[in-house]
Amino acid sequence: MATDSEMIDVVQVDRPGAIGMPMLHKAIFIGLLLLGLVAPFMLYPIFLMKVMCFALFACAFNLLLGFGGLLSFGHAAYFGSASYISAYTAKAWGFTPELAILCGTGAAAILGLAIGSLAIRRQGIYFAMVTLAFAQMVFFFSLQAPFTGGEDGIQSVPRGYLLGLISMAPDRNLYYFVLGVVFVGLLVIYRIIHSPFGQVLKGIRDNEARMVSLGYRTSRYKLAVFVLSAALAGLAGATKAIVFQLASLTDVYWTMSGEVVLMTLLGGMGTVFGPILGAAVIVTMQNYLATFGDWVTIGQGIIFVVAVMLFREGIVGVIARIIRRPL
Amino acid sequence: MAPAIAIGSAFDNGHSVSMSGDTILEASGLTKEFKGFVAVSNVDLKVRRGSIHALIGPNGAGKTTCFNLLTKFLQPTRGSIHYNGQDITAMQPADIARLGLVRSFQISAVFPKMTALENVRIALQRRRGDSFDFWRSERALTEFDDEALALLADVGLTEFSATLAGELPYGRKRALEIATTLALNPEMLLLDEPMAGMTQQDIDRISALIRRIAANRTIFMVEHNLSVVASLSDRITVLARGEVLAEGDYATVSKDPRVVEAYIGAGHA
Repeated sequence: MATDSEMIDVVQVDRPGAIGMPMLHKAIFIGLLLLGLVAPFMLYPIFLMKVMCFALFACAFNLLLGFGGLLSFGHAAYFGSASYISAYTAKAWGFTPELAILCGTGAAAILGLAIGSLAIRRQGIYFAMVTLAFAQMVFFFSLQAPFTGGEDGIQSVPRGYLLGLISMAPDRNLYYFVLGVVFVGLLVIYRIIHSPFGQVLKGIRDNEARMVSLGYRTSRYKLAVFVLSAALAGLAGATKAIVFQLASLTDVYWTMSGEVVLMTLLGGMGTVFGPILGAAVIVTMQNYLATFGDWVTIGQGIIFVVAVMLFREGIVGVIARIIRRPL
Repeated sequence: MAPAIAIGSAFDNGHSVSMSGDTILEASGLTKEFKGFVAVSNVDLKVRRGSIHALIGPNGAGKTTCFNLLTKFLQPTRGSIHYNGQDITAMQPADIARLGLVRSFQISAVFPKMTALENVRIALQRRRGDSFDFWRSERALTEFDDEALALLADVGLTEFSATLAGELPYGRKRALEIATTLALNPEMLLLDEPMAGMTQQDIDRISALIRRIAANRTIFMVEHNLSVVASLSDRITVLARGEVLAEGDYATVSKDPRVVEAYIGAGHA
């Protein structure tokens, strides 16, 4: 990109090495937490919980795409299957919500390991197609398997008692539990990105052949991030099932995989905070414009086109460029 | 590219440590066929430890294929490759890098969205082994910072340590690439057209750098720029139509009528 003549405008990153979380990121995380703490006093808690679950889902997807350079077109499989497992264990086996969510997350991780170990053998569009094909298989499984309830899904899942003690039936109680889960999930993703492992991932994303020539067995790292991403997407799906007391085919359908791509691109792929904003925008649109029916989908399509044509870096990506700081 | 061939015996071997004849890399009967087309045919090659060995040849001679075979980025159809006496023919590219045989790339191979410091550090980080510690802070990597800065200083990039590699001018990218490669302290370097696309000023700088790093290493390179080859190499292998045409020092090779013919065409020989 830059040639000899373009020497003037060199971007200096504020952290040459790694010195923990920069102040700006710390401030944003604290701001998000404060916002999360006061928001249910102003907005409908169920809506907010939906935003948070999708924010975590999008961030988990972004971990794979934005930092691992791998475009999965089947992330609904992990989100949806975790939501089925979480709903089933809570309803049929009477698991407490945190245990049900853990089971869902674990199931998504195992599914991620199985699909990922086959998918990472292919690159680029073929990788995306393999993940999509497996996700479709998971969809048909969910449609046919006896325990998923077919078209009906698993309905009226009990919210239960957190640790068997605190009732999750009041929205406010559940809300703060979900806030905790999602916030910890986001911090985990942040740590993964900013770990020695995360450095290797960025290297693979930027130039895989070069990483190979430096002696890195890149496929192992790609599989590891695939499993982490699937597990975190599962965490989001499992939590969503408890919130809505429902696991349904929507969560595992391919359009869900498409939606998470849209959220990530709109917010800013490869940014830390972009997917959170992207998820908030899309979920808000779906919620408040729901009365317009199918027009929401058309609106999303237009947004997608505009984002790709005009600001490929996404909203947060553009802001990061303007303030010249990574976000 | 033709006129440079008249430079004659300008080659300089003052920098090579050992001319003991000890072979570090040996290929025998190396052949690569692509769907009936033979890109590299029965190539025998011996690279002496401590030497700078260049592989040259006209366009389409099979240099890059040959290079990719030696670095294991391509699997040969036939033939074998030995490195330090060990058969590496069936090994994976990441594994030969771990043996100390490290390649560079024709198009500059930096990590564009990482800073120059991070670029070098990612190579130093290899010493941590196959680490998947995603739970640990990247603070764990600061232990490599001093060494990374020293390597950057070595190639004259101190002031760019916090610059994103993608923003560096081309020549600096190549220098950064070399610093990254040196971070592995490889015993042998394979350079794929290190001077491709460079200005004369960059060429001088990188030539000096290559000569310096060759002091205690073996270098094997594919290079188009014949004046660079003439001034740097101890030994040259000329490839044409996938086969070895001639081998020797620059004086020998440049006078070989077959080489002149391959480069300029029979009419001028």
